[in-house]
Amino acid sequence: MNWHEYVNKTGKVPEWPYPVSYGKENVVEADVLIVGGGVAGCRAAIAARQKGASVVVADRGFSKRSGSGGAGVDHWHGAVTNPCSKVTPKMYSEAAMETTDGYTNGLARYIIGKEGWDTLLEVEEMGVQIRDLDDEYEGSIFRDDETKLMFAYDLENKHCLRIYGYNIKPVVDKTMRELGCEVYDRVCITSLLTEGGKPGARVIGATGVNDRTGEFFIFKAKAVIVSTGHTNRLYNFAPEMTESQTMTNLNQTSMGHIIGWRAGAELIMMEQSGQSLLSGLGYAPYSTGNNNNTYQGSRVIDKDGKEVHYADAEGNLIYDEEGIFKSSEEGSFIIGHGIALDHGQMPKYKITTTDPHLWDKVQSGEYQMPFYTDFPGMSEKSRDIIFQLMLAHEGKCRVPIYKNLTDWGFDPAKDMLQYPISDYSKFPLDTSWCGGDQTPSSWRGGEGGFLTDWRLQTTLPGLFAAGCGPLPSQGCHGESHTAGRYTGRQAAVFAKQNGAVEPDREQIEREKARCYAPVSSEGGDIGWKELNYAVARLMQDYCGDYKTEHTLEIGLRRMKDLLETEGQRMYASNPHELVRAIESLSLCELGIAHLEASKSRQASCKVLGFVRNDFPEDTEDWHCWVSISQDEQGVKSRKIPVDYYLKGEYSGDLEENYQKYAELEG
Amino acid sequence: MFSMPSQTGPCKVLEFDKNKCVGCNSCVNVCPCDVMIPNPERGGEPIVVYAEECWFCGGCVEECPHDALTLVPPAKQRLSTVWVRKDTGEEYRMGMKNPLPRNTRPPSGRT
Ligand SMILES: Cc1cc2nc3c(=O)[nH]c(=O)nc-3n(C[C@H](O)[C@H](O)[C@H](O)COP(=O)(O)OP(=O)(O)OC[C@H]3O[C@@H](n4cnc5c(N)ncnc54)[C@H](O)[C@@H]3O)c2cc1C
Repeated sequence: MNWHEYVNKTGKVPEWPYPVSYGKENVVEADVLIVGGGVAGCRAAIAARQKGASVVVADRGFSKRSGSGGAGVDHWHGAVTNPCSKVTPKMYSEAAMETTDGYTNGLARYIIGKEGWDTLLEVEEMGVQIRDLDDEYEGSIFRDDETKLMFAYDLENKHCLRIYGYNIKPVVDKTMRELGCEVYDRVCITSLLTEGGKPGARVIGATGVNDRTGEFFIFKAKAVIVSTGHTNRLYNFAPEMTESQTMTNLNQTSMGHIIGWRAGAELIMMEQSGQSLLSGLGYAPYSTGNNNNTYQGSRVIDKDGKEVHYADAEGNLIYDEEGIFKSSEEGSFIIGHGIALDHGQMPKYKITTTDPHLWDKVQSGEYQMPFYTDFPGMSEKSRDIIFQLMLAHEGKCRVPIYKNLTDWGFDPAKDMLQYPISDYSKFPLDTSWCGGDQTPSSWRGGEGGFLTDWRLQTTLPGLFAAGCGPLPSQGCHGESHTAGRYTGRQAAVFAKQNGAVEPDREQIEREKARCYAPVSSEGGDIGWKELNYAVARLMQDYCGDYKTEHTLEIGLRRMKDLLETEGQRMYASNPHELVRAIESLSLCELGIAHLEASKSRQASCKVLGFVRNDFPEDTEDWHCWVSISQDEQGVKSRKIPVDYYLKGEYSGDLEENYQKYAELEG
Repeated sequence: MFSMPSQTGPCKVLEFDKNKCVGCNSCVNVCPCDVMIPNPERGGEPIVVYAEECWFCGGCVEECPHDALTLVPPAKQRLSTVWVRKDTGEEYRMGMKNPLPRNTRPPSGRT
């Protein structure tokens, strides 16, 4: 029942149901601490445990279902070493680098290319179906009859798989717990502990607050992995309207970035942001007719039954199903959708899209809206692959879309799903499946994260980064598993080589005072939402369409003012609101990091979607990463070559580096 | 009668089947965003207190051992999830007045 029903029925307001002990200390020790039990964190935990480390995982939600990957998955990217694939790890990471002009995580992409398939085979062993075991789709163009694997996006190169991943998170979570990893659910990590309490020093643990009891946690660990995912609360905050449509839930605030930033780690790519994608103001993912991502390849017709065609990267219309799953350039391959490589992609790697002239054809009357996903007009197998396989297993789909649609009587053999009436001039951006198109022009946070070495260790000794968010330019499920698994091994090795260090009591006391201010000071009058709305306002205004040195400085001043004024007057009625308040405070700092990074890059950059109105040119001397970090003296910034992982101490060859670092022993 | 704050949240979020829910709180325990609390009355259905924090993943529905939960999408989504039966041209939507019979065909894959 909802709150209103309860109050009306009982005449009482429900009391907080859990015992509250604000600040009560719990001390937990382990070799490796994982911050964030999403798929990356769980796989890191499993890998570290298998290397003999004792492991604790702190998750802000409940790890069985938490994180973007908690609600399922249908596409597994980066399985380039599967027996049917014609793509090699080198091709995969070089394509990623080429298509982004180097502005991507080429190093992580190589690791993923090397290990993505093996990582998936382990998931299969744990109990996730990855093949058409019952020969339901025998003879389909998407299936390899020998291995029974099912493919997506590119049927010549076969590197992206369709999987039955609705239960992947419960399965991985169960394996993690059975192996003896200790999991602390409902604990939000609020800070990192460093040797001597100093920024820039080795990371030796973390602190956290439980969102039901308000208790305080001190984790002591020899190595720490951050795997906290992305955020959606920085530029757009309107949860009443957006939550059913987002790809990231409210627990994800990039807190991992901020605890690292406060501890002195170097972050890169933080100036990157994007316009209106995935911001949650459109439609629930996959809830309306469309022909992209999960629905890729589905037939589209207009009001009168006239077919709308797909087009290749050059805009040539495609008239056969197989053509939709083929690169427009001989010898190249389609990278695929949703791996943080979608924008400005080079034609030869680009996914096929809807006819780019569709909007003109609507204006001229050639086509009439609404459009429909014409399931009945497709072959039975292709239709079932989209509806019974993909939609039933994709994240946030099995219950919200598949179950709800079928419970209401939808039958793809008979029914066509309507597209929204919308301006399809933006359609080639391919985002209609998540409602990004229909969103008013606004900005969202980007894909920046920690600068790492080949061990995926950050610039702070003992602190490793995994998964989407903490690893820059990562955006997908399989990549998070794979990078998590790799980082888990690396952290276990580090823990063998480095002893435990006792944390600094003063650092802990400072953090306690900060965390509990909303429940300990009198007269707080700012709630967590009010602060979050203000952060989003400032980001839209000062870190969006128009940026100059001057406006960025104003933005920084305002954000610091917000943190120091309203941010010091917060209240929280219970531990749940307290943790939300701590998150909102952390978003102020995330905003500061974005603004600082934007100030540091004194050039515009097309690939990063970064505009500086006082430096409109995209110049060669700024073709580099710009890192930011802070210490007692203030914020520092430096330029780093985009392919730093092939320079200096590293070999110029991806494979040589991989061989040297991938299987280190403690 | 009480003076109440206006309902926060996109919609009621969850419908509990009173004949099936035994108040085991499996849904409360698994929710990543912790939007529910257990009913103070033992065996009573949980209370959704933070409806606007639900991101509609449906984990609670999958978790329910008694099949007692329905995820209720917001009205704006019910009105935009619309379909047409190809051979009759008839239009339907999620949440329609006179529901069609269920489509009981199971998803692909072993469960
Ligand atoms: C609807 C949907 C469909 C998708 N479909 C696909 C697909 O088909 N293919 C694909 O490749 N990708 C897909 N993705 C993307 C994919 O799910 C993500 O890339 C992946 O889950 C990222 O994993 P992660 O572990 O890095 O982060 P997450 O899964 O987001 O996990 C982050 C974890 O960190 C925890 N956390 C955050 N802050 C803290 C803190 N301060 N303290 C403690 N814990 C914290 C959170 O509770 C969460 O559990 C989809 C995403 C969505 C939402």
